[in-house]
Amino acid sequence: MGTLNTFPNLNDPDGFYEELLRLHEGLSEEESTLVNAKLVLILANHIGDRAVITEALTLARKSANVDQF
Amino acid sequence: MLANVKKIFEEPLYPYLRSVDQDENPPVQKPVIIIGAGPVGLTLAIDLALKDIQVVVLDDNEKVSFGSRAICFAKRPLEILDRLGVGEQCIEKGVTWSKGKVFFDERQVYDFDLLPDPDHKRPAFINLQQYYLETFLVQRLEKLKADGKPVEIRGKNKVTSIDQKDEFVILQIDTPEGAYAMQAQWVVACDGAASSVRSMLALEFQGRVFEDNFLIADVVMDAKFPTERWFWFDPPFNRGQSALLHKQPDNVWRIDLQLGWDIDKEAELKPEKVKARVQKMLGDDVKFDLEWVSIYTFQCRAMENFRHNRVIFAGDSAHQVSPFGARGANSGIADADNLAWKLKLVLDQLAPEELLDSYVEERVLAARENILNSTRSTDFITPKSKMSGIFRNAVLELAEQSEFARPLVNSGRLSVPSVYDKCSLTGKDHPDMPAITRPGAPAIDAPVDKKWLIDLVGNDFQLLAINTKVPDMLQVNEICIKSLIIEATDIVRQRYLGNAKSAVYLLRPDQHIMARWLEFDEQAVIQEIKRITRYSGRGN
Ligand SMILES: Cc1cc2nc3c(=O)[nH]c(=O)nc-3n(C[C@H](O)[C@H](O)[C@H](O)COP(=O)(O)OP(=O)(O)OC[C@H]3O[C@@H](n4cnc5c(N)ncnc54)[C@H](O)[C@@H]3O)c2cc1C
Repeated sequence: MGTLNTFPNLNDPDGFYEELLRLHEGLSEEESTLVNAKLVLILANHIGDRAVITEALTLARKSANVDQF
Repeated sequence: MLANVKKIFEEPLYPYLRSVDQDENPPVQKPVIIIGAGPVGLTLAIDLALKDIQVVVLDDNEKVSFGSRAICFAKRPLEILDRLGVGEQCIEKGVTWSKGKVFFDERQVYDFDLLPDPDHKRPAFINLQQYYLETFLVQRLEKLKADGKPVEIRGKNKVTSIDQKDEFVILQIDTPEGAYAMQAQWVVACDGAASSVRSMLALEFQGRVFEDNFLIADVVMDAKFPTERWFWFDPPFNRGQSALLHKQPDNVWRIDLQLGWDIDKEAELKPEKVKARVQKMLGDDVKFDLEWVSIYTFQCRAMENFRHNRVIFAGDSAHQVSPFGARGANSGIADADNLAWKLKLVLDQLAPEELLDSYVEERVLAARENILNSTRSTDFITPKSKMSGIFRNAVLELAEQSEFARPLVNSGRLSVPSVYDKCSLTGKDHPDMPAITRPGAPAIDAPVDKKWLIDLVGNDFQLLAINTKVPDMLQVNEICIKSLIIEATDIVRQRYLGNAKSAVYLLRPDQHIMARWLEFDEQAVIQEIKRITRYSGRGN
């Protein structure tokens, strides 16, 4: 399996983004980090396909402008 | 050493006795010498003795191991111990358990039940102090010796040097009455994680040390806690750290308290300090005595190769894991199980000595699996970066509300047997049959005519025929293959047939499956046996 969808897939990008920011409103940096961590776990479980997740992890790390892991 | 020490630690179980070999010049030669009478060396010695291979076990001590060591023994090692005649005693003395709870902060996050499966003779786990297991093994060895089997154990015999020749090995041994030498065709170093044999041969032992300390205490108490494995992450009584509570026989409880890296070990080991910590954990009204207290730093390390010519490494000397997952002694016992029959075939000249490399291939695979599992558990339990701590807490908080996160909680992945997938002795598979019994896997137990399948196989090569026929006995290159013919019950069908109507399984003396077919085919069996008798390391 595998092949991460790297093309636009959200039908409401601005709405999603707004909701994502709202999720963190009023949280300390520490609380926000925990919430983000939970979000990663929830979404990863929903995707389920390990190969897709690996592609997503690689993509995320790449754009952090550091060496591959 | 603290209060309430039991006699069993103190009693010299195999006291030094002078052997006639000490006066021999030139030195005597033995087929096999085992260095170290821990669980692994003793298991191997019993297995070899049952196969009528002359074996001497040397240990620098004369007592069973003391202190807080292994407590959890898994089903597969129990089956191996059964094959060697020690399983029943372990079960009788041990505490059988299957339930556990995981706590985070002050809350229970979830509980689990490893569900005792009524269709297996042995439970998933028992808890038993390592000193009991060693006592039972020593007693079994002494019984075999009394019955005339060629086995003996020599206390206070410390191996001080090793010299490898082409055809044999020379050992120098220190005793209370001075030094002597012996030769061996094969030496098995079961001398533990700090293996002196490994050092004498200047071999590497590489891996990871986890920068953390654990206070391990065995306490004696009459407590109402249930027979369950309780694990805490960040509990109020040990903030920012982890803790474990688990029951052993004789009202002894194992307590693990993570302490962190920068600590004053000596201060932490003071009885008052330990008692205060334990009291805080158990509650003010619980009365207890300390049996043993130690501080451990855990590591995961392994040798690259477990065989160096005529010296073979088994157990902790070859691989060491952190205790989360109880994979140390459990996998060491499996090492012995794997090695004994191969040594027997080599000594009987029925197989080339290269067959011993299949021990290395299979048990290195197992060691890697165990190290991977216990490293992952240790990383979850003792997060080493801020972010890994955040993910750990995220998992624990989610696990409380949502089932999906529970499999991510890792307080130790308990020992399971390794399957020798893609190894050179692993033979022909059949696509219609279930994966759990594929070649390379250990035989899976099942009830058969009021007996247990696992008791009906082992010690020899064996054909297991289900709903079909095989000859009573088969002789291939002087290797004798026994037969067992059974009718499939639902459980046998589920575990061994799958979608197939019948099956013939070829089992090794260690109860691992070599190959399987729909029907008996003598030529096919001969081909599989040749993997062993003409071992080349490549399979056939
Ligand atoms: C806190 C703790 C908890 C654990 N819990 C578990 C668990 O629940 N389940 C599990 O399976 N494992 C567990 N383990 C691991 C387990 O204790 C080891 O894996 C096991 O003891 C290894 O057995 P061994 O026979 O390889 O070596 P050892 O038990 O270390 O025995 C080695 C023997 O060799 C002898 N020796 C050494 N050098 C020489 C020499 N030069 N000459 C002669 N003799 C020598 C020593 O005296 C010793 O008797 C735990 C370990 C610890 C520390």
